[in-house]
Amino acid sequence: MASPSGAEVSIRDLSKSFSLGGRPLQVLRTLNLDIRSGECLVIVGASGSGKTTLLRILAGLEAADSGGVAIDGKPVDGVGAERAVIFQEPRLLPWLTVLGNVAFGLEVRGVPRQQAQERARFYIALVGLAEFGDAWPRQLSGGMAQRVGIARALTVQPEILLLDEPLGALDAMTKIGMQEELARIWSEENVTMVMVTHDLEEAIYLADRVLILPKEKGGAARLIDVDLPRPRDRSETRFVSYRQELLREFGLH
Amino acid sequence: MSLQHIEQPVILGDGRLGTDILRLARAASVRLLSRYGILIAFLALWQVSSSTGWVNAAVLPPIDTIVAALWKGLTGGTLLGDIAISLQRAGIAFVAAVVVAIPLGLFMGQVRSVETALDPILQVFRQTSALALYPVFILLLGLGEASKVFVIFWATLFPLLLNTISGVKEVDPKLLEMARVYGATRLTVFRRVVLPGAVPSIFVGLRLSATTALLLLIASEMIGANKGIGFQVMNAQYNFQIPLMFAAIVILAGLGLIANQALVSLQRRLCRWSQPVN
Repeated sequence: MASPSGAEVSIRDLSKSFSLGGRPLQVLRTLNLDIRSGECLVIVGASGSGKTTLLRILAGLEAADSGGVAIDGKPVDGVGAERAVIFQEPRLLPWLTVLGNVAFGLEVRGVPRQQAQERARFYIALVGLAEFGDAWPRQLSGGMAQRVGIARALTVQPEILLLDEPLGALDAMTKIGMQEELARIWSEENVTMVMVTHDLEEAIYLADRVLILPKEKGGAARLIDVDLPRPRDRSETRFVSYRQELLREFGLH
Repeated sequence: MSLQHIEQPVILGDGRLGTDILRLARAASVRLLSRYGILIAFLALWQVSSSTGWVNAAVLPPIDTIVAALWKGLTGGTLLGDIAISLQRAGIAFVAAVVVAIPLGLFMGQVRSVETALDPILQVFRQTSALALYPVFILLLGLGEASKVFVIFWATLFPLLLNTISGVKEVDPKLLEMARVYGATRLTVFRRVVLPGAVPSIFVGLRLSATTALLLLIASEMIGANKGIGFQVMNAQYNFQIPLMFAAIVILAGLGLIANQALVSLQRRLCRWSQPVN
């Protein structure tokens, strides 16, 4: 199936703070970043570093205090059809079957049901659930439900896929399988992928570049290029040394 | 069916037909007894203690006498008229409550300012017993059908309204956000996320309301009515036609069971997604 090539994102002087118990809490401080078309950028950072906030601003679910985001040169204001979000929870509608859930995004955008379901079937097969189109969400395991959420996002054929700790709630075995799945989907769909995770190995496995957000005041965001051939081997020496480099960033070597 | 039936298929026609039928019959009666055993025992105890004179048969007549009175009332037609008028009263009131409460509840659940403004008066109305207000309704609407239907409507309205509101308010905000990300308009979010999400809670309200409707029906028919099942219960008691009184009570219980069962099966059909797989 034809895919658009991924969009590029430019983030300029982005700042955001929240009010926590009456006190302002700054989570993002004049962040500047260019995300290349079709790249996989993984954001890591300690909790409270603002990584989920950054993703939500990219998704258009939250507004920045100052500065802004532009996608292919157009400033972001609210949600947009060129972006799709995969959340930590699958967020499936329990009253729709797998097929109904995957077609939901397209139907909401006005695509006729039959056409929407046809494309949905393609992506259900892509995430390996071809047999389960008629299943109800409550019948699915956590990993299967998350695949459905991924298929729903892919079905709208976004130029940018935003993933907020999409595998955070899965067990270790399922997680590794899903990381391989995501890597395969990303290479097949040719989409710009921005993913938040707290799993450093996951970051190195998937990322072209890893963005490390600082936790302490005045710290600067850091970018690390992951220059490894794909598919990646977790036990390879260079993979391990990238892992150590990231651990050092968090003071955890 | 249990797993055993899959693992050991019943083989008929090889000389063990008799034992197989016996085994199936035994399994069926065990199922029946475990579910209805206590009910059957209760009815049997009633029958025995009444017919042997342990209790006063004039006050608690034997089951067969009650069944006979019920049969006579239904076939002779005396109770049929009562059932018809009672169903009409409860039916009009219930339908009116559904027509008012569900749209109003959906609206109130969606628009916070409306809910905030209406909530205090709703709480006051809800806590005021409909029966206590019945004399007021009689003064306003007279002693005829209007006041009876209205008092049932009044009592039926609130469980349905409050459950509809909470059904709308308790829809998972994460699902709403998901729909928003896909660019859903407010109307689409309502139609495809809020409404289906509120259905189970609306059904809780419908079932509560159906029970309330029958309760208020009887109470209103005991005051100033000359027809209806509630009237028949009182009237038969005045005239000391005790089997007829119990026959009317049995009809009431039957109506309650039927109404509840009808709503349960409707809910099963509408909410297939929440049912366990057979």
